[in-house]
Amino acid sequence: MTINGWLQILLFFALVLVVTKPLGAYMARVYQGERTWLDFVLRPLERLIYRATGVDERHEMRWTEYAASLLLFSLVSMLLLYLLQRLQDVLPLNPQGFAAVPPDLAFNTAASFTTNTNWQAYSGEATMSYLVQMAGLAYQNFVSAAVGMAVAVAFIRGIARRESETIGNFWVDLVRGLLWILLPISFVFALVLVSQGVVQNLRPYQTARLVEPQIVQSEGSSQQVIRTQTIPQGPAASQIAIKMLGTNGGGFFNANSAHPFENPTPFSNLLEMLAIFAIPAGFTYTLGRMTGSQRHGWAVFAAMSLLFFVGVAVAYWAEARGNPLVAALGVDQSASAMQPGGNMEGKEVRFGIAGSALFATVTTDASCGAVNSMHDSFTPLGGLVPLVNMQLGEVVFGGVGAGLYGVLVMVILSVFIAGLMVGRTPEYLGKKIDSYDVKMAMLYVIIFPLSILGLTAASVLLPAGLSSVSNGGPHGLTQILYAFTSGTANNGSAFGGLNANTLWYNTTVGLAMLVGRFLMIVPVLAIAGNLARKKIVPPSLGTFPVTTPSFVVLLVSVILIVGALTFFPVLSLGPIVEHLLMQIGQTF
Amino acid sequence: MKNIKTAIAITLVTTVLLGLVYPLVVTALAQLLFPEKANGSLIRERDGTVVGSRLIGQPFSSPGYFHPRPSAAGPAGYDASSSSGSNLGPTSSKLIERIRREVERLRAENPTALIPVDLVTTSGSGLDPHISPAAAEFQIPRVARERGMSEDELRRLVARHTEGRQFGILGEPRVNVLELNRELDRSHPMKR
Repeated sequence: MTINGWLQILLFFALVLVVTKPLGAYMARVYQGERTWLDFVLRPLERLIYRATGVDERHEMRWTEYAASLLLFSLVSMLLLYLLQRLQDVLPLNPQGFAAVPPDLAFNTAASFTTNTNWQAYSGEATMSYLVQMAGLAYQNFVSAAVGMAVAVAFIRGIARRESETIGNFWVDLVRGLLWILLPISFVFALVLVSQGVVQNLRPYQTARLVEPQIVQSEGSSQQVIRTQTIPQGPAASQIAIKMLGTNGGGFFNANSAHPFENPTPFSNLLEMLAIFAIPAGFTYTLGRMTGSQRHGWAVFAAMSLLFFVGVAVAYWAEARGNPLVAALGVDQSASAMQPGGNMEGKEVRFGIAGSALFATVTTDASCGAVNSMHDSFTPLGGLVPLVNMQLGEVVFGGVGAGLYGVLVMVILSVFIAGLMVGRTPEYLGKKIDSYDVKMAMLYVIIFPLSILGLTAASVLLPAGLSSVSNGGPHGLTQILYAFTSGTANNGSAFGGLNANTLWYNTTVGLAMLVGRFLMIVPVLAIAGNLARKKIVPPSLGTFPVTTPSFVVLLVSVILIVGALTFFPVLSLGPIVEHLLMQIGQTF
Repeated sequence: MKNIKTAIAITLVTTVLLGLVYPLVVTALAQLLFPEKANGSLIRERDGTVVGSRLIGQPFSSPGYFHPRPSAAGPAGYDASSSSGSNLGPTSSKLIERIRREVERLRAENPTALIPVDLVTTSGSGLDPHISPAAAEFQIPRVARERGMSEDELRRLVARHTEGRQFGILGEPRVNVLELNRELDRSHPMKR
């Protein structure tokens, strides 16, 4: 680890801190329908959309109608994405002439992008036409993010409202999130990315004449001379902007944000990471603003920050230390002014170790899943950090919206446990937490490991699951575990060595993504509806305050205990045992 | 029922706005403001032939050129139409065996210098256009010999192509291999 590396990490966090309040306050205004400086263009556009689609913006929904609208919209837009892929060969904007995407892959990809996961069993530059990338994939980057944000806002309303049957209007929350928050920021961000070198055009791929033609031995010992390089093109920047901002993570190119056209400079790298955390961090402020307890918002922010720093410290330390098996071969892995050192397999020189370890932590704290280095090639403990981040439920800032409602479920469990300890009915910001709320919260907590561990166990037992594994030993188990963790947690990053484009994985990961998204949103909205109905009770001596350092400690403990108890056994069979075997020089 | 109609209508309207209008407006502005970068930072010969992109690494293998990092993009490496890392885990025998072969090759070429780790590892994209300054320094004796230059002269040229941290703090110092090799071909062409 170097001083410069830590400076880069601290600079990143300082920027997150700076954007939290203004963005959070702005989002509160947007969702409460207050005036903003963008109203002069967006308000007429919003009204036009409602008129064209028959939405009554004053209509208020109960949680059941909110959930039904959300599910319907997701279903319709998922079908559209499926059809676009299946028909891409006959649709326009396909200069490379890609064939239609096969059904299982198209299902997997449609589920993936609709659930804000962006798991990719395909290679962007070799599979998808520009039309599918723009109107199918980038479109879902926008709307799946806005759907997650809508759920978070509905949940906050549930806390804030008293004796109300309704939690807002899904269509209005969706449209306002898109128009006021995601679209303007993406628009500016996309142009900044182009200024750093991200491509943005509709041209066919460019053929370049190599400076030094290469002679390669192909199979059968025949020689082949390679004289050209095919350089991909496309409308990348517009998609990458929303890919980061909406914590989607689906790469335009196969190598995602490691690709020089997707993340060309250290500055673009910093901005891409900042874009991941901006909205989730802002939401903690929105929570405080809309519930009238700004200090509670900051307490949640503090708990998240604590978990963030633990993660990044472990990942950075493990990757900077490097691989002892490589050191044994006489390779210099020490950091100096001349080289980044450390475990550079799967990492880019321009980002080095700090920029890669930080990105891996950020992308899995949030449910982004973009990668600027290959997590499969991380050291066992370095790769453990992204895995654990996801298994904690992605509540360290988390996905846009999803991170906030995820952490609020943990908050409800925390006040419930605190209530048990003092023997009083638990309260949260003046709302009594009853058995219905806790049952729904437990449903949320149980569905998650059930999907991850159940599907991992099935894959380990079936030939169809095992045949995709590319690394032997405990690392192979980690590859499978990572896939279902990433899918269920709607992250989308991968241990890329696993061949995920098979009927088994396309189907099972596809289902895991749908389960991890929609089966978890429904109990969240149920809690929101139940909370909204309740009266406000004034705080008493027995009330556990949710604004204090002891609340922060309790919340962090609950998050860690729930995650650790569930996943420690399987982690010890995967990355932990691999770490120990690596120390004694074992390879597979 | 009303909500089904609304769902379909909202999907169509927002697809037009976010899936078509937004990317096309960004494309138009990008082409206007940053045409060179929006089209891939291409490097052209005087006659207009494209010889690469300054952001995308190219393969080099003869001793007179600086070599890039090993690459897992495509079977021959640096295939820009199939970006990819090796995805080999830290305890993979394939990985360790591959690095061992690279180390042997480099050891034979420059027996005294330490072997920088980026020179024996593949990048995340397989298209990393950069090597570390240490990896360039490692290759200076070989390239200087082949090009008939003094090592110090070559070292100065490498220094000119070494990019520091962005704004003095971000990222890592690095050398662009393609640009450095093109400069060498211009200023010190190899004797054929």
